[in-house]
Amino acid sequence: MPDKTDVWQGTLALMVLKTIQTMGALHGYGIARRIEQTSGNLLSLNYGTLYPALLKLEQEGSIASEWGLSENNRKAKFYKLTRAGRKQLERETQNWEQTTAILARFLAPSGDSV
Amino acid sequence: MKVLRTWLSRLAGMFQSGRQERDLSDEIASHLQMHIDDNLRAGMSPELARRDALLKLGGIESLKEACRDRRSVPFFENLVRDVRFAIRQLRKNFGFTATAILMLVLGMCASVAIFAFVDAALIKPLPYRDPARLVSVFESIQEVPRSNLSYPDYLDWKKLNTVFSSLDAYQHVSFMLKTPSGAEKASAARITDGFFRTLGVTPVLGRDFRAGADLPAAPRTALLSYAAWQQRYAGKPDVLGQTVTLNGDLFTIIGVLPREFHFAPAEPAEFWTALHAGGGCDLRRSCHGLYGVGRLKDGASIQTALANLKSIARQLEKMYPENRDQGAAVAPLSDVIVGDIRPILLVLLAGAMLLLVIAAINVAALLLVRSESRRREIAVRNALGASAVRLIGQFVAEGLVLVAVGSALGLASACGAMHLLVRLVPADALARMSYLRGLGLNARVMAFAAAISLLAALLFSITPAVHLSLSRLHQETRAGLAEGSRGSSANTWRRVGSKLIVLELATAMVLLVGAGLLGKSLYRLLRVEIGFDADRLVALQVSSPRSSYTNDAQIIALERQIVDRIAGLPGVKSVGLSTDIPITSWGDTTWFRVVGRPWHGEHNDTPERDVSSAYFTTIGAKLLRGRYFTETEDASKPRVVIINRALANQYFPGEDPIGNQISGLSTPPKPVEIIGIVEDIKEGGLDTVNRPVLYFPYNQRPENYFILMVRTSQAGPSIVPALSAAIHQINPGIVTAAGASMNERINDSQSAYLHRSSAWLVGSFATLALLLGAVGLYGVVAYSVSQRTREIGVRMALGAERASVCHLILKEAGRLAIFGVATGLVASLGAATLLRGLLFSVRSWDIPTLFAVAAVLAVTALLASFLPARRAAAVNPIEALRAE
Repeated sequence: MPDKTDVWQGTLALMVLKTIQTMGALHGYGIARRIEQTSGNLLSLNYGTLYPALLKLEQEGSIASEWGLSENNRKAKFYKLTRAGRKQLERETQNWEQTTAILARFLAPSGDSV
Repeated sequence: MKVLRTWLSRLAGMFQSGRQERDLSDEIASHLQMHIDDNLRAGMSPELARRDALLKLGGIESLKEACRDRRSVPFFENLVRDVRFAIRQLRKNFGFTATAILMLVLGMCASVAIFAFVDAALIKPLPYRDPARLVSVFESIQEVPRSNLSYPDYLDWKKLNTVFSSLDAYQHVSFMLKTPSGAEKASAARITDGFFRTLGVTPVLGRDFRAGADLPAAPRTALLSYAAWQQRYAGKPDVLGQTVTLNGDLFTIIGVLPREFHFAPAEPAEFWTALHAGGGCDLRRSCHGLYGVGRLKDGASIQTALANLKSIARQLEKMYPENRDQGAAVAPLSDVIVGDIRPILLVLLAGAMLLLVIAAINVAALLLVRSESRRREIAVRNALGASAVRLIGQFVAEGLVLVAVGSALGLASACGAMHLLVRLVPADALARMSYLRGLGLNARVMAFAAAISLLAALLFSITPAVHLSLSRLHQETRAGLAEGSRGSSANTWRRVGSKLIVLELATAMVLLVGAGLLGKSLYRLLRVEIGFDADRLVALQVSSPRSSYTNDAQIIALERQIVDRIAGLPGVKSVGLSTDIPITSWGDTTWFRVVGRPWHGEHNDTPERDVSSAYFTTIGAKLLRGRYFTETEDASKPRVVIINRALANQYFPGEDPIGNQISGLSTPPKPVEIIGIVEDIKEGGLDTVNRPVLYFPYNQRPENYFILMVRTSQAGPSIVPALSAAIHQINPGIVTAAGASMNERINDSQSAYLHRSSAWLVGSFATLALLLGAVGLYGVVAYSVSQRTREIGVRMALGAERASVCHLILKEAGRLAIFGVATGLVASLGAATLLRGLLFSVRSWDIPTLFAVAAVLAVTALLASFLPARRAAAVNPIEALRAE
């Protein structure tokens, strides 16, 4: 089993937003599990770090929360994307793709080295 | 936008922390529950399921803490918590808190109240347009460097000068105002037509004087002061066009001056009338009754204005013999308005600031001692992981709470002190100090108070924080835990503390010396030789209408009738009269020459008074040689004069003046024989030098206006109403005013109340400073004793006598006191030099005062350190050692 990677600074928010976009309204535990699954269990996510990140996104107005019932009839706090959140997700996705593309060019084995 | 939103929600979070906290706990609980459910479903044992869920979540407390920090503003939250804690701490140490706050309140109250006066008098701009360009213009003679202008001279100056864009003149006068209930005295000003335009003041109601309104041909018009409009006309706008009878002439009211307008040299004038140059004085070049006020042209300075006026004065001197030796003087208008009070206010402000410094030092010292005794607590908290910032935050919070409470109370008491101080100024003087109407807690005063509070907050939060500076804190944590409140820093505190005390004692010394000098000066002033007996002597101004008493015979008959009537009143011992009240001014002057001596046209400007035959005996003057006037000496008899000692010394040195003749400057001379010499009577202010004075018999030159001087058998001015009533029985049209005992007049005279108020205020500042200094010294010595209990125990166990222990402590205190007094002595010399201008017949280098103050300070210091020294000597060596 390979070593798990820590979550990179600044990417957690993006993952959370994307997860909520994909899954619809979801509680914190669900978001954490989903991120782990999506990463193919390669990310080591300390569930506890998720909550300050959720609070921050909520304060920024990207997501909104509401108490509801989980699939197993447990009381849980559900988070959903706001319009601002959707826009933020779009913007950050673009940024991120741009960054990875640039990095990919740097890291690609170059055919025409001097 | 996002940032703003975040902060708003965080700020909001501060006020709903309870609900959010519960919300978070619920969320975590639900998270754990769902995770456990999943784990159970995956086949874990319930115990393992729970453990795994907890493990995956991480530390719950740190999670909560992270959310808490994000949810609100931790800095503010901590501050609020620190402030609450500080308030609890301060309430627990009530003695400390009360002392610290009391000191702050004292310092704030004194400095803010005095600053409010300084602001009203010196900082607040005068209510004129561009007041810095306004100057006062005077004529100048050797005896009176700033004397009045004559109207013809004023006209020439106005015409010939090249430095003023406008030049106007004013005169403060009293008019007889006709009211439905009889005649009364009204304060007024006569001004030239452009006076208000020069000042840049426009009436709030009606209009200003038009050009030419001050000429004799123009109809008589007047402007009302705002106060007169409110009081006499109930603020009704229909006052315009109404007429008022002043000195028998009809004036039309054409306007009302703004509420904020004041002009101290003519206050408290109710009626501002256009000067109608007419009558005797206005038209004579030798009669000086006006003051000038000019607006400098752009580019002109006071120096160029003075040079210009002086050259005009020289031209006039050549043209008119009356103008011989008449120079010119120019001063900023603000000098004339607040010149007398400026040095005193500045001294008082300095005194109040010194008191504030002492108070601040004392509070800082108290905080230091407190931080010292909390060393162990701080060490424990540090060891338990409190961050440096949080520890310092504690002291900052305490400083802020102290300063906030102290400032609020200080400001409130300053407000009270201001009104109290205003009441200390005699009512007449207050009416003249019209600029004090602006006194109050305005923006500038508040800013001053805020600046003091800020400095104090800074000082009080930084002092203990620096004292327990963090590097040392770390080093000392262990020492602090091990040894409790004693570390090497105790010595540091003793060093810092003792420096503060030396500073404090020195400051107290400066204030005490200032108070001593001012007090001595007041004492000398009130005991200055006045040349008459002021006890049970009452003065009353009397003016009879010119229309009813036209010739000398009528006026003398009236005077005799009044004197007879008054003399018959119960409680009246004798009655005299004069044309001027003593202790008022050296004004009302005449020119004279000695007959039979060469005379080259010099003026010999000399005060003159017309007095009745009983005047000198009534006021208790001392006849040096010759005789007083007799009642029968009137215009039908040869003219006679009595001179004072100063005149005899100046004009007849080494010869007998009696029998010599003087004369006015007329040619040929009209001789007047000198028949007596009286001891100098203080005609002007108490602090002025005696000048030569001429006394003529009233019956030879009777006037409609005179001062009745009444010697009574009982003290006080209670007889005044009876005097007025008796006079009104003779003729209700006669105006009586300003009845007061001479003692009152002396006490309320400008030099007396200025001296008195400064002596009392600086005296009370000094007393407080002495008290605070003693408390500070006591604190330092007592703390040092408590720190050295073990050392003292050891010394005593080794055989030291109690006396020698006592000695040890007293020596330490004595050293501080000596340093303090020595530093104070040097500083006082500097301060006393600055005070020189305010002192009356006391040198600033007054050895007895310095000695007395040093002695008072030394004795106080001894007393303050004696108590802790005795406590040190009472230490039981066994207990002191066992306590370790």
